[in-house]
Amino acid sequence: MEQSMTTSTQTGASGRAKFIVGGLLIIAAIVYLIVSSTKANAQYFLTVEELRAKGESVAGRELRISGAVIGDSIHYDPQTLTLSFTVANVPGDNKEIEAQGGLAAVLHAAVIDQSRPRLEVVYTGVKPDLLRNEAQAIMTGRMGSDGKFHAEELLLKCPTKYEDAVPTQVAG
Amino acid sequence: MAANLGFGALVITFLIALFGIGAAVYGARKNDPAWVDSARNAMLLTWPLVTIAALSIIYLLVNGRYEVAYVSEVTSNSMPLYLRVTALWGGQAGSLVFWTWLMSAFASAVTLRKWDRDREFLPWVIVVALVTLAFFLILIIFFENPFARLWRVPLGQPIKAMFPPAGAELLSVADGRGLNPLLRHPGMIIHPPMLYLGFVSFVIPYAFAIAALVTGRTDDRWIRITRRWTLVAWLFLSLGLLLGGRWAYDVLGWGGYWGWDPVEIAAFMPWLSGTAFLHSVMIQEKRGMLKHWNMVLIILTYALVIFGTFLTRSGVLSSVHAFAQSAIGPLFFTFIGLTFIASLSLLLNRWNELKSEALMTSMLSREALFLLNNLLFIGILVVCFWGVIFPLISELATGQKVTVGPPFYERATGPLFAGLLLLMGIAPLAAWRHSTAATLGRAIWKPTLFSLLVLVAILIGGVRQPAALLAFWLAAFVTSVTLYEFWRGTLARHRKSGESMPVALWRLAGRNRRRYGGYVIHLGVVLMAIGIIGIEIFQTQTQGTIAQGQRLSLGRYAISYDSLATFDTPDGRNVARAVVTVYKDNQPIGELHPRRDYYYESQQPMTIPGVRSTMEDDFYVLLVDWQPVSSSGATFKIYHNPLVNWLWLGGLVFILGTLIAAWPDKEPEPEAATVRRVGFAPAKA
Repeated sequence: MEQSMTTSTQTGASGRAKFIVGGLLIIAAIVYLIVSSTKANAQYFLTVEELRAKGESVAGRELRISGAVIGDSIHYDPQTLTLSFTVANVPGDNKEIEAQGGLAAVLHAAVIDQSRPRLEVVYTGVKPDLLRNEAQAIMTGRMGSDGKFHAEELLLKCPTKYEDAVPTQVAG
Repeated sequence: MAANLGFGALVITFLIALFGIGAAVYGARKNDPAWVDSARNAMLLTWPLVTIAALSIIYLLVNGRYEVAYVSEVTSNSMPLYLRVTALWGGQAGSLVFWTWLMSAFASAVTLRKWDRDREFLPWVIVVALVTLAFFLILIIFFENPFARLWRVPLGQPIKAMFPPAGAELLSVADGRGLNPLLRHPGMIIHPPMLYLGFVSFVIPYAFAIAALVTGRTDDRWIRITRRWTLVAWLFLSLGLLLGGRWAYDVLGWGGYWGWDPVEIAAFMPWLSGTAFLHSVMIQEKRGMLKHWNMVLIILTYALVIFGTFLTRSGVLSSVHAFAQSAIGPLFFTFIGLTFIASLSLLLNRWNELKSEALMTSMLSREALFLLNNLLFIGILVVCFWGVIFPLISELATGQKVTVGPPFYERATGPLFAGLLLLMGIAPLAAWRHSTAATLGRAIWKPTLFSLLVLVAILIGGVRQPAALLAFWLAAFVTSVTLYEFWRGTLARHRKSGESMPVALWRLAGRNRRRYGGYVIHLGVVLMAIGIIGIEIFQTQTQGTIAQGQRLSLGRYAISYDSLATFDTPDGRNVARAVVTVYKDNQPIGELHPRRDYYYESQQPMTIPGVRSTMEDDFYVLLVDWQPVSSSGATFKIYHNPLVNWLWLGGLVFILGTLIAAWPDKEPEPEAATVRRVGFAPAKA
């Protein structure tokens, strides 16, 4: 952006100052928009474990939580459109996930392992097509006083089907 | 065997590309046309060779050769022929081959143009095109090989490799996993090719820009040669974005068309810098200004194109698109970094030769307003880029991953988009060079007055939201200015030549296609803006479970649940299809069939909305859930999306305008633009 201003004004003599001022004002406005919008809308992206560690400090704040869906815990009431399920902690770091054998393996291990931190999630709305056992859920919402996570948005990813899986041999 | 043939063709292409790069550089340095011609032949050879590779993949896909890992990942026995062919771009490895194939096609096409007047550009255009091609070939050959096969080894898991490991036999697989059902939609079949065409064709103007920098021929020749390439690139990129939006609206079932997903943004960013570039090159052509800036924009666009290709296929960011994870990320970043630094150092090297030929004098001159337009486009680009990389930055800075969602983008880009709309209304009436508030006011008061009347009408109509009022006023303002421009031009021509008004209009647009095509594009943008305001501000929704015969209402609309049937289809789906009657103001107006398809092989359900579409609004019904005994009830979610069809209509007008602007000229326009402005702008009289 600054390059454009110098380009346009480097040969200008009298009008240079007003172009620089005008350009700087617009740049300042854009910077303000970015900074204020970031502040207003930033969401902490946490794993279940990190959420537990934060405790009360994040109450009422908008958060994004990632976890592995435990299939048996999914309960859906179509009358009230109330969806509840439990997620198990998965590491947030991509490198860590790779080191543990890829996303599918990590999700599987998280669901099997009873000792991992878990989190109950409540959501009102349409049950997403991809919600099933060992899916990765990325949920946006807030912690409620009931200790459950009240999600406003659900994003689901199912790696098992389309990645990494080696097809099974069927015939000699 | 097809896999070996295809892989061999890619390896040979890679070697030929390396040779071509060497020959072009050597020929240019030694001033030896024989070497340059040889490089040119090398470039021409790449296209048939990559075609062989692409056809080999298609052959494997169509014939269900599931021992090839890629084939088993993206196809299955139940998929129809057209989906098997288009599965070429259904996964990462195939997409890369498809990208390379398009790249080689464009590179070959550009080599076949007449080079008599710009011979010195040729070797460097070849170098840029072949370096890009070679990079993608490295990715395919060494990291993401679509021809890699699955081998059965005596011990352990089957191995994925191009050549048999010791003692291994080919794994025989009866059926593949099939293409992700979400991608089995006509929009998804043509959306990636359009986007890729847009990406690839932006390489051509970049190649000429680099050639201009290397050879020191830094006048606007490179811009004039690539004007049409740029428009074509922009056309395809716009089409790709539009089709992506339409696909989301039809398939993803959230009643929206754009979710500020990182992958969408990745495709949007080169569009933004490309749009800024399209506008600012006009300043260089007319006034010899902004030369550095244009170079920066095209270099940036190229970097964003590569970045976009990477993001759309790498899965680095969590997103609905991220169905692939891969190790090629660092390579992409290295390539982008190297080409970006090399391009910028070339630019710095020629910095003093790119001096402006004119001064910018008036804040209200057309060139100043174009510059402002550029600032706003780049501002939106910075917002998008910030949003995408913010989680990475915050993690580096604080160890805490913090993300921003759609509200961030809406809040930060909203005012900038409004500013662009306002400029779209003012700039066409501003004169080049000198323009004052008084002269601009004289040109602009009539359309302004008209747009204010429209605003009053909308207020009387009952709209009260400030954002909607502002946006509708801007839409009315741009529309009246643009139509006024057509009217003035046509009238002037009619008076001068005595042509009838339609003939005058036709010839007016025909003689200056870029300008009037541009105005048509502006009208398309306005229509799209109206649709976006409609759905963003006035969308309403409800959901509920109703028994057979009961009604669920939303505003003036209601649905009644009539029946539900479940059945299997030959292509491996179990379909649950509901029949609902739609009522408007208590009058039945039609039936809709929202349904849920369950794909057996991928165990994935997919929700297909039933939509009643008019220019006034869309009534969008989703089948959420149902009881086995259909009489006991089913759950529906319904959306009322006012004006959303204006978005798609605007998209069509937009594309039409781009076609007008890009259409080849038969009679080249002499430098008469400034003369003609005399008749238009009181400023000059």
